Amino acid sequence: MSIFQALYIAAAALFILALKWMSAPATSRRGVISAEVGMLLAVVGTLLRHEIVNYEWIVIALLVGTAIGIPLAILMPMTAVPQRTAISQACGAFASALIGTAEYYRLHPHGFTMAALTIEILLGFLTTTASLMAFGKLHEILPSRPIVYRGQNYVNLGLFCVAVIIGGMIIANPENSALFPFFAGLALLFGVLLIIPIGGADMPTVIALLNSYAGLSACAMGFALDNKLLIIAGALDGSSGFILSIIMCRAMNRSFTNVLFGGFGQLQTYGGTTEAKPVRSASPEEAASILSDARSVVVIPGYGMAVAQAQHKIRELYDALTKRGVDVRFAIHPVAGRMPGHMNVLLAEADVPYDKLIEMDDINPELGMTDVALIVGANDIVNPAAKNDPSSPIAGMPILDAYKSRTVMIIKRGMSAGFAGIDNELYYMPNTLMLFGDAKSFVASLVKEIGAAVLA
Amino acid sequence: MNYELGLYVFMLAAFLGFELIRKVSPLLHTPLMSLTNAIASISVVGAILISGDKDATTLSRVLGFIAVVSATTNLVSGYLITDRMLKMFKKREPKK
Repeated sequence: MSIFQALYIAAAALFILALKWMSAPATSRRGVISAEVGMLLAVVGTLLRHEIVNYEWIVIALLVGTAIGIPLAILMPMTAVPQRTAISQACGAFASALIGTAEYYRLHPHGFTMAALTIEILLGFLTTTASLMAFGKLHEILPSRPIVYRGQNYVNLGLFCVAVIIGGMIIANPENSALFPFFAGLALLFGVLLIIPIGGADMPTVIALLNSYAGLSACAMGFALDNKLLIIAGALDGSSGFILSIIMCRAMNRSFTNVLFGGFGQLQTYGGTTEAKPVRSASPEEAASILSDARSVVVIPGYGMAVAQAQHKIRELYDALTKRGVDVRFAIHPVAGRMPGHMNVLLAEADVPYDKLIEMDDINPELGMTDVALIVGANDIVNPAAKNDPSSPIAGMPILDAYKSRTVMIIKRGMSAGFAGIDNELYYMPNTLMLFGDAKSFVASLVKEIGAAVLA
Repeated sequence: MNYELGLYVFMLAAFLGFELIRKVSPLLHTPLMSLTNAIASISVVGAILISGDKDATTLSRVLGFIAVVSATTNLVSGYLITDRMLKMFKKREPKK
């Protein structure tokens, strides 16, 4: 056994430990260090292999990549984490597609190796464009509403079949490299078409799924290059992305196929009763006095909080209320935001202690005993229609039971419907107070009012 | 080509991955994703093998070079931002 093989085995072990340590916040940073060391060993081990003779370009490439990667990580604001993940995923997948392409043109391998290469290239190119599209949608360069047209699924399915057939022909006859550009082009095109019908709120599932594809592509590369370390690392990433997307689907009570092919939130076929129903609204002063008199407050953040960058003001509100002896906690719905765990990261960024961030299943039984549920920029995840109305597009989706609290406060710009285009009956309930305004400035005025009340 | 062994390794690693990821608290799902995303940049190994090989063609050199750059971008930014995120998870506020 040569030295690089020993280093590869150590790297694989470190990756596994890294995931194990990621399970809890207390050990998670150790997990990152372990994964970093693992990667370092893998790269050093590879550079030491005797077939590697050409160092200067590799070193230059490593330096260029680092020079792009560092600002990408450091300058990105935390609200842009989903976009960053998407773009980084695109880079990784692109790398593995290019490696597959290079291998193909160099060796024209046969049999199993060629099949693995085909899968690697297909997933790699597909994930590249799909991740770039996801980036565009998340960064709102592209419209985040789903774009659907008649027969879309048939077009996509047809394209995919053609890609698979061409892939099969290449596997059967690897020397026929005239077909290869078509195959690569179809994979790239399919990635674009796959994301077009997907709306912003489904991004958590899709990002996780693309993560899984990127991993599987690396895994297929492992088979093509007969490299066990690539297989292990790719499989770990593949299963992680897959499991997260299952969790996300479950949190919306929808299937994979529905998320990927449903074009959700586009067609507002749902009976839109547009007549103006009365709502009660409150000023910052009134809301502040109710909040300060409460014993327990549960804040329910949604994507709107990220858009308004309100997390820091919410932390101030948390501080002001906690100082007055109010018990403040945060209820986190699994699909709140644009990627799994998005809300937790934003609130952690704002210095909210993580033991105050409570998962849906743990907080729901307690919402009935809560004085105030304060909803900031969330809509569908608290819509009781999911429970009460079987004809609703979100029927059966688990929600945070905000409606059970004594008072519900909703900070919202106006009365527009949520992502799913569904009216929210929560707004019209007698115990609901609408707080109209921008989330950030409204919470700021709440903090000011509560502070003034302390001084008085 | 010993792909049967490869398939065994894949199967075991996938099951291990499932078990490990299931235990991760939803609190950490975002950093988890960016960490696994960074781990997937292990493709840098393949990229180095392609571009540094002694009988690499010009085409595979060029493709390999681009692949090393983009895998390294993924790798470096993935690890840095994961660490940056995890640094923020605190139990109590540092200053009162």
